[in-house]
Parts: sequence; structure tokens; C-alpha cells
Amino acid sequence: MTENTVLEMRGICKEFPGVKALQGVDFTLNKGEIHALMGENGAGKSTLIKVLTGVYEKDGGDIFISGKDKPIMIKSPQDAQNNGISTVYQEITLCPNLSVAENMYIGRGNNVIQNWKKMNAAANKILQDLDIPAKATQQLGSCSIAVQQMVAIARAVDMDCKVLILDEPTSSLDEQEVEKLFVLMRDLKKKGVGIIFVTHFLEQVYEVCDKITVLRDGKLVGAYDIEELPRVQLVSKMLGKEMDDLSDVVRGYVPNVDTELTPIVFEAKDLVSNAGISPFDFVIRKGEVNGFTGLLGSGRSECVRAIFGADRVLGGTVMKDEKPAKIRKPIDAMKLKMAYLPEDRKMDGIIADLSVRENIIIALQVLKGFFRPFSKAEQEKFADEYIKLLEIKTASRETPIKALSGGNQQKVILARWLLTNPDYLILDEPTRGIDIGTKVEIQRLVVKLASKGMAVTFISSETDEMLRTCSRLIVMRDRKVVGELKGEDLTQNKVMSTIAGGDK
Amino acid sequence: MKSGVKFTNIFKKQIFIPLAAIILLALINLIVDPSFFKIKLSDNMDGFKVLSGHLITILDSGSELAILAIGMTLVTAASGGQDISVGATMAIAGSVVVRMIGLTYGAEDNNIMEYAMPLIIAFLIAVVVSMLFGAFNGALVSFFKIQPMVATLILFTAGRSIARWINLGKNVVVSNPSFKYAGVFLPGVPVATPIIITIVCIIIIMLVLKFTNLGLYTQTVGINERSARLNGLNPKMIKMLAFIILGICVAVAAMIQVSRYQTINYSSFGKDIEMDAILAVALGGNALSGGKFSMMSSILGAYAYQFLTTTLLTFNAPPDALPAYKAGVVILLVVFSAPTVRDKISKLFKQLKNNKKSGEAKEVA
Repeated sequence: MTENTVLEMRGICKEFPGVKALQGVDFTLNKGEIHALMGENGAGKSTLIKVLTGVYEKDGGDIFISGKDKPIMIKSPQDAQNNGISTVYQEITLCPNLSVAENMYIGRGNNVIQNWKKMNAAANKILQDLDIPAKATQQLGSCSIAVQQMVAIARAVDMDCKVLILDEPTSSLDEQEVEKLFVLMRDLKKKGVGIIFVTHFLEQVYEVCDKITVLRDGKLVGAYDIEELPRVQLVSKMLGKEMDDLSDVVRGYVPNVDTELTPIVFEAKDLVSNAGISPFDFVIRKGEVNGFTGLLGSGRSECVRAIFGADRVLGGTVMKDEKPAKIRKPIDAMKLKMAYLPEDRKMDGIIADLSVRENIIIALQVLKGFFRPFSKAEQEKFADEYIKLLEIKTASRETPIKALSGGNQQKVILARWLLTNPDYLILDEPTRGIDIGTKVEIQRLVVKLASKGMAVTFISSETDEMLRTCSRLIVMRDRKVVGELKGEDLTQNKVMSTIAGGDK
Repeated sequence: MKSGVKFTNIFKKQIFIPLAAIILLALINLIVDPSFFKIKLSDNMDGFKVLSGHLITILDSGSELAILAIGMTLVTAASGGQDISVGATMAIAGSVVVRMIGLTYGAEDNNIMEYAMPLIIAFLIAVVVSMLFGAFNGALVSFFKIQPMVATLILFTAGRSIARWINLGKNVVVSNPSFKYAGVFLPGVPVATPIIITIVCIIIIMLVLKFTNLGLYTQTVGINERSARLNGLNPKMIKMLAFIILGICVAVAAMIQVSRYQTINYSSFGKDIEMDAILAVALGGNALSGGKFSMMSSILGAYAYQFLTTTLLTFNAPPDALPAYKAGVVILLVVFSAPTVRDKISKLFKQLKNNKKSGEAKEVA
């Protein structure tokens, strides 16, 4: 270990039943360095992080940390913390109903009697130092997600950490919030904290990181300085094959749907739900891919939820296949051959404890009816078919879905809906938090389905992804539809300016 | 090798815990007194030959618990909570049966000889009443989103008063001999009727689970209600259904018990049986927080519990001390059924096996 190194992991091995999750992985982190840990889902990033934070016990290898000559043993998150390793997870793990200061000091120290004044003052000082826009006495739940994230970081930093792990911190933040987070990260970097940054956003890596370590299939591919590794190469290293420019993979599908002759699959007039969106009109034709775009919270998800009957519909008329229809509940929409992949995979999508097989068949089974269960053989056939078709990586079809990686969980949900053979498919953030390879696969699939005549509504927070797949974009701002872009208007700049409100 | 792998895996199987408990209790009895397992065919009071013995007693007196465990498993899975009004609702259902067949009883007349209506009709009315009370609990839980234990606390408190009111506050005795059929023996049949009824109930629920989506839907709702709704299910109705099915189970159990005693005492009838039923579900290794369940494990859990009671009784444990003994054993069982403990045991076995293997390897070298 050199003077400048703060953390060194050597030859880390971890095995799960049937899977070698990590095979002799090395990782070195220097002082004041922001180090990206990259890899596809299942590459071993999460496992490495969990070994480092004591969630898993490693099967082999050594971990060194600056200031200690001997390898350290990390058997619990507590151990990790005592060694100066702190983590901020993708999901906020704080308590929203406590105050900011309470969240920062909960479970620390052994003082039975709490000096509230002192605690709040100390919290305020840290918040000020780090330029976090929150007050110590404010209830955490009333802060934006970004600020909550920052409070989590402040808590970690205040615990005198040498190594800060940020696991997908930006996936639920909008652009400005990400920028604020980066300012905070650079600040910490100056103070000498080593930061491990796990993310799926390539742009962000190149914006803020100094080094990149790439993992693939549980093995180390290499560690690189950021200047040494252009984007295309990074992607090809992650995927393990030379890639054409990603965007070329799917670009070029221009559906022939602009004509008035193409039948309308779904049409809504003045549709409004109880989720606080303004009434909107909507049309989608056979074989068309359109999308709702806008900032987080602009109401794009609420629109598709209203279409599918996921929120309570308060008004408006709906036509399916040019016939009037009534959609009050999701089941009504399902019966009309509509399908909806929800934004929040964990809360609305997966049924965690059930097997991959059960998760795939559930929607079709519900359509078929309570008294007509599929036989085991039929279920297995469906499951196997889609596991193969979508290349879902799972130990078996009986594995609980919660044991799968995020991207594969998403594929299972996708399989669930494809199995119902819909003619109108709504995908709300299908690519959030999943790796590039799967992202491209999903984009490709969307285009393929559309070319076979399926109507698809696609929502993504990544504009270029939407520009690549959609032929028409509906732009939303402040829970209102503010514009529609198609043809030559489908450019990043035009989308941005429409979201921002005109050409100002 | 292959069988070895299976052997270590069995510790992770849910059914292992109740099964192990039963086997363990059987072994203890085998060591202490092998005659425990003797089954005799002997004359009963009514003059025909019936099976008797401790094992038969376990099956017989575990009937109510096993039947209630069926419904409690579904309620637990769907709602993530438990119904604590089971005992009180049993008292209501039992009272309904007695009241229906004795509609005419007057102020001094505390003995029913002639039925006012066929027993089966009285029973069916009790089933309907019991289902209605189940629906009441279910509605509180699903439509008003009250925690199951709090929602069922209402009937837990009020149920026995309702039972008293149905029976005009009397302790009526039914002396018509046919009233005993459900709870004791059918004439000429050597197996106690509760055992037969329970087997029928188990077969019915197994068929229902096989030929409908009850299992899949209940688990889906119990694990992720929001997702269940987005997949076209109606979580409210499914929770209702679970409570209504428990209502049916309650009525059947009440019929057996009222027939056993040929009388109903609203204050002691089915007392604390809800806790035993919940325990049976837990002993079956089912999470009391809902979601995935194994029906067979719950039913075995009920019998394991009854096995324990009967064993303690044959050891002449004083009845007052029984609950304390039971609690001790239950603590052990629950600790062993905790997933973390089972994982540890499973790991330990693997390690032992590996050690053995490396030991053999050394010997060879």
C-alpha cells in the first residue's frame, strides 16, 4: 500500500450457490479520488460493495485500509463504519418522519441523554459547511429526494469516513439535483475523502470521476484513468465485445404512422385522474412508439397511470380500437389488451417472494380467471419461453424474483406483460437503474414490437433514449401537456427548450 | 452425494419444522413408553367397536385446531395479520346451532330432545352467520384498512355477549343422541367423526388450492398489494374472501365442538383457541407478516401442537401447569423455525460434511 492509498482490496472472492459472484477482484482507492465502479448488472459491483460494507462475508481475499498494517475483517456494517467506510444506498435508508438532525445522529454514540440543542447546532454547522439546503429541525420527509440523499451523505461524512460509497445516488434525481450532488462530491474530494461511485449513467461518470474500475462476470477487467478510456471503449469493456455506436443499434426505425389511414389503437379526451394532472388528450396509432417527456414530477407517469386506470380516473372519455371504452381499474385496461409496466419496479412491479415463473404468469392468469389456473406444465412452458426470449439471467424459473438483479427483474415484468399479448404496451421508465446492455436490448425490443404492429408508449428520464425510440414526444411541464414534437423537431435542443418553456 | 445435498436442504424446507417437531415428540414417547403408539379396537358406550389410543386422541382432539389453521393461514397470508375473534365467533356459531334446533325452548326448559329443524339446516345457518361475521372482519380490514388484530378485537370482545344473547343466557343441554354424531362417533363407524370431517376439509382445501388460483392470488396480495392491483387483482375482495373462508372453518369447528360437549357454555366455548390456531400457523413456519404460505405445514403445525398437549397429559403434567410446559416447547420450536437459525444449522451440516470429506481425503493420502 502506498502513502496515498486509502483502501485496497486484493483477490476478493465470493461465491453464492451456483454462482461465482466475485473471482479474485482487486480494487484500489486513493485519497481524494472519485472512482467509478462500472459493470453490467450481475458483473459483481453490488457484491463487491456489499463485501466492503459487511453485508456479505467474503470467501477469500484481503482488505486493507490506510492506517492499519494488517488486513481488516469486516463482518457487519458496524465494522465497516468503525473502519471509516460509509455507504449511501440507492434507496434512501433514513427515516422520513424524523428531523434532519435526528437522522444524522441516530444510532451514533452511546449517550442516553440527548442534548437536542447541541445536536441541532452541530447538524446545522455540517449542513452549512456542505452547503446543503436543509434545516436541522426540518422533517426529513419534507425535503426533496436530492436533499435527503445529501443528508445521508452528510451523516456518512460526519462519521469521519475515509471511504464513501455512493450506490446509484443519482437514479431518482433530476439534472439540477445531480449537479448539486456533484458539487458536494467535489467538495468532499478536496477534503481527502475517497469516493466510490456506482452508477449506470455514463455521462455522470465522465463528468465527475477520476478513475474507472470495470468488472465483468465477477472478474476484474481493469482499472483506468478517465482520460485513457473513451466512452465507446468503456462500453465495450463492460459488455466484453466491440460495440458499434450504441445509438446506431436502434436508430432508423421510422414507423409509417403519420397517415390518417393507420387505425387508432387508443384515444383519450380530457382524461384526468386524482393524481393532480390537468386533463389531457392523447392518441396512439398502430405500430407507433410515442412517449411522455418532462422533468421528474412533471406528471408523465401520472398520465399513463390515468390511461391504464392505475389511479382513480375522475373524468374524460376513452376509446379503444375506435370504440368507446370504460377503464376504471387496471383489470379493465388489461381486458382491452393493454399492458403497463410501472415506474417503481420494487413497489408496483415485482412480487418479491414469488418465483420468476409465478411473476411471469400472474397477469395472464388473472385475465384467464380465478377458477381456471394454468397447469404447472403450461406455466413452466410460458416461463421457459420468455426466460429464453428475453435472455433473463436466473438460476432457475423457481428462483424468487427478489434474488435477481434489477435488469433481470425488469425483464421478468416485461415478460409478464408480453405474455398477455397486448396491442398497446405502456412502459414507464423500463430502463431505470439497469445496465447498458439490457437497456439496448429493451430499446431494440420496443422497436421490434412496434414494427410488428404493437402501439407502445415509452417513458424515460434519458432524453436521448427517447429520441432514439419514439417517433412522437409529448412534452409535459408542471403536470400539463405543453407540447408535442415529431419529425425534424425531435432533437435534444428542441426537447429541452420545450420542457423549459419556449425558446427563452 | 446427491442424497446428502437433499438432506442438508431439508432444513430449509418449510415443512421441516412441524414435521421435525412431530418426529421428535414421537421419539420421546417411544423411549418413555412405547405403548403410547398402541391402537386398540374396543367397545364404546354405545356398543360398537371403535378405534382408540393416544394417536387417535391426537387426531381427534386436534381436529378443530387443524380446521381453524386452514382459514387462519389464508387470513395471515392475505392480510399480513391474524384474526383473534375466532374463539368468540365459534361461540356464536355454536350458539346458533343450539338455538336453531331448540327454537321453542321455554324459560324452564334447558334440555333439548326434539329438534325444531333438521340439524343440517341449523348447521348451514350457523355457517352463513359465521361467514357474515367473517365478512364483517374482512370489510374492516380491507375497506377501512384497520389492522387485522385491531379489527377482530371488536368481535373478540363482543362475540361472547352476542353468543349469550342468541342463547338467552342459558346453558342448554342437547340430549338427542344424534347430536353427538359430529363430535364423537357415527353409529357403527370405528373412526371418530371429527377425524373424518377434518380429512374432508383438508381434501377440499387442497383441491381448491389446486383447481383455483386462491393460493397464487392470496400470496400475491399478501406480498405486494399495489402490484397485485396493477396486475388486475382486487386485493380488497381477496382479503374479504380469506376472512369468509375462515368463517366457514369457524362454523365447522364450532359444530364439532358443540357436538362433543352436547352443550354450549358461551364463556368457555372455544376459549383461547384463536391463539392456538395462530401458533399452528407459526409452527408451520409461515411468516405471520403474510405473503408466501404452506397450507400443509400449517395443518401439520396444528397436529404438532396437539401432539405436544397429549404427550404432556400422558406424562401426568398437572393441567394447570400445561401452558407453561407448552410455552417452553413452543419457544424452542419458534427459535428453530426462524430462517436465520435454520440457515446456520444447514451451514453447520455442510461444514461437517466437508470436514468429513477432507478427513477422508487425508486418510487416502
